[in-house]
Amino acid sequence: MSELEALYQELILDHYRSPRNRAPGLSGEDAHVHHSNPLCGDEMDLRVRIRDGRLDGVAFDGDGCSISQASASAMTEAVVGRPVEDVLGLDAAFRRMLLGEDPERSEDLSDALAFRGVARFPVRVKCALLGWDALRDAIETFQRGAGTNDVTHDGGDDDDR
Amino acid sequence: MLDVAALRREFPTLQRRIGDHRLVYLDAAASAQTPLVVLDAMDRYYRTARSNVHRGVYPLAEEATAGFEAGRAALARLLGADPRGVVLTRNATEACNLVAYGYVRHHLRAGDAILSTVMEHHANMVPFWHAAQANDLELRHVPVTADGRLDLDAARDLVADGRVRFAAVTHVSNVLGTINPVAELADLVRAANPDAVVHVDGAQAAPHLPVDVAALGVDSYAVTGHKLCGPTGIGALAARPELLERMEPFMTGGEMIRDVTLDGATWNEIPHRFEAGTPMIAEAVGLGAAVGFLEDIGMDAVRAHEVELGGTFLAALRDAPGVEVHGPTDMSDRGAAISFTVEGVHPHDIGAVLGDRGVCVRVGHHCCKPLMRELGATATVRASLHVHNGVDDLEPLLDGIAAARAMFARPAVPA
Repeated sequence: MSELEALYQELILDHYRSPRNRAPGLSGEDAHVHHSNPLCGDEMDLRVRIRDGRLDGVAFDGDGCSISQASASAMTEAVVGRPVEDVLGLDAAFRRMLLGEDPERSEDLSDALAFRGVARFPVRVKCALLGWDALRDAIETFQRGAGTNDVTHDGGDDDDR
Repeated sequence: MLDVAALRREFPTLQRRIGDHRLVYLDAAASAQTPLVVLDAMDRYYRTARSNVHRGVYPLAEEATAGFEAGRAALARLLGADPRGVVLTRNATEACNLVAYGYVRHHLRAGDAILSTVMEHHANMVPFWHAAQANDLELRHVPVTADGRLDLDAARDLVADGRVRFAAVTHVSNVLGTINPVAELADLVRAANPDAVVHVDGAQAAPHLPVDVAALGVDSYAVTGHKLCGPTGIGALAARPELLERMEPFMTGGEMIRDVTLDGATWNEIPHRFEAGTPMIAEAVGLGAAVGFLEDIGMDAVRAHEVELGGTFLAALRDAPGVEVHGPTDMSDRGAAISFTVEGVHPHDIGAVLGDRGVCVRVGHHCCKPLMRELGATATVRASLHVHNGVDDLEPLLDGIAAARAMFARPAVPA
């Protein structure tokens, strides 16, 4: 398997082609965040519904490369229904995996485990994290009693003179 | 057409393979490859003449000074500029900042206006925006037409009140490829205000077209060495000496002074006044060799090659399924940097698939966010050509685009 095939394995492409929990709205939403990465042009809207300390529902919508969109899709499946503190723990496990560490909580990560190979493509790590960044922010936004938040990730510049 | 096979042998990087694939370099607009003559010239300096410039009186230092000044002279020759007006900088960005700090901030006052365009690279936009903030200047931008050209009628209206005292325009767009009529633009700016200074970003023009800054009638012209087949870390501002005489130094220190007392300093003559500290000596030597390399090919021949090959690439990309090309479609007033988007596939994914096949293209916003907003795109793919590219570079590009489309195609949404 070439490095590129490792990056774009079938499971990831499947999430890109047929995203799960992708919707422009979420009934009974508690928080809505918008994240953008100006370098890539990625845009991500993420909505959460939290009931009795659990992530009861999550929906994302956006525009971006296959890695960012597929990663958000796989994330939603892995996190929905979990207690909020558990979601944040899984988020931390996913981030450690993208730093190249051996994955923890492989079963819980489910399809998100497929993004392990992204660690070998440092410029794409931020793509795989866009959905997770938005989710963590949505939870924090809810926890501090706010309903919405807008975040622009520092993309830098990309053509030298 | 140039003898591409022979030229490719001059570039060591092009001998590399990526996996089983030949390296297909379609990113000269971001940074050109470096020919052996440049590497050899820099190596020779380090091995035989390594010393500082302008001060030593021993043979090594004299040779180093001669090599450094020969680089300046070669660049002046390439651009049709007076060598006394050629300031060596780190890159084109620094050359643009030199004009912004040295001229605009010292000579423009509240009530004056700056004319720029929507298609500028951030390097030729942000330094002047920053100066405008500092001096309370008005910024006016020439819009881009639907076919990717500057709207000169709108430009005429924008300068009509005579308050535009400085204009910054790119010679060739790094995204659209458009070759702008800078001489005409300079004329219409000066028709409204004869004292206006016209600055041109030539980073994407000088490596690809014959350029004669005197004939263009502009006051300053920024270039960068690494796009001219030279090393990184060197660029230049080719200005009218009279403009440099009116500019304040942007950086001060050694080399740029005539005399220093405990109470003050007087400045060295131009262009050295704007070259504080030990300069990029090996890089200037390398740049001189790079200019020689391009002159041996001939800039007319470089342009003719890119017109013919660019036309082939442009036609093929326009015909390719799902591909939308941005910018002028006729090679008569465009260069061979071709930006496009592919339906349903993000530019980063196209770039990754092409890269895996040895095809190097640029993806992103190309430091032109205002223009990208105008195009309604967040990012594009850009394939750009230079002397080492041939028709055999087209098929790997088209095959990679087709492969990416197949790989990322989403199922049709049921109606």
